[in-house]
Amino acid sequence: MTEATGGIEMEEDTGGKVKKFLYINRKAPYGTIYALESLEVVLISAAFDQDVSLAFLDDGVYQVVKGQHTKPIDVKNFSPTYRALEGYDIEKLYVEKESMEARGLKEEDFIVPVKVINTAEMADLMQSQDVIMSF
Amino acid sequence: MKLGILINEGPYTHQASDTAYLFAKAAIEKGHKIHRVFFYNDGVYNSSRLTEPPQDDRHIVNRWQKLAKDHHIDLVVCVAAALRRGIKDENLQEGFRISGLGQLVETGIQSDRLVTFGD
Repeated sequence: MTEATGGIEMEEDTGGKVKKFLYINRKAPYGTIYALESLEVVLISAAFDQDVSLAFLDDGVYQVVKGQHTKPIDVKNFSPTYRALEGYDIEKLYVEKESMEARGLKEEDFIVPVKVINTAEMADLMQSQDVIMSF
Repeated sequence: MKLGILINEGPYTHQASDTAYLFAKAAIEKGHKIHRVFFYNDGVYNSSRLTEPPQDDRHIVNRWQKLAKDHHIDLVVCVAAALRRGIKDENLQEGFRISGLGQLVETGIQSDRLVTFGD
């Protein structure tokens, strides 16, 4: 992902540590840059061999909805990138049930396989992490 | 405790950078170590050398610069986010450096806590 690093060599000084990273996504994919720039961090963290999970809450659930069509707003549709995460061994994607249902979405509406969990389970997931970044 | 800080919002519009600064100062006073401050999203604007607030207002950019100098804090600005927003070495305040997102992930790994300030 040279686009995100600007071609700068990364120093992977991790000391062999593996931590649990959770990226929380709360905002709609378009309208603000948060979703895209969150995804850029996620892709970089794959290079560090960390234990990465992604969570989608509130309008963030729209980030992984199928059939995004962004041509009319002249913004790149980056949703196919979520499908590429599997290739980086990032396979733990969680959608909050309450956020999904409040928006009339179902499990089959997502572009990638996700695990739907409720708010209490989401809290447990957050509790079990070492590093949480929220976008 | 070794702390990392992530700032995701620009100066003046949003309180994130102010709160992060006050948090960092308070943490240092309590004996904690700030390992690195990473500027991402609009947070990269906190590093612009061209920033000139009115004289009776706080200077957010220079305040970070001084804190970093006094306490050996690594101030890192994300290169991809910076280039998107017109922040380059030529308008980067002294004391900040531009580097990759890997530095943010590394901060998460190396710090005891990574604290995010954003919207």
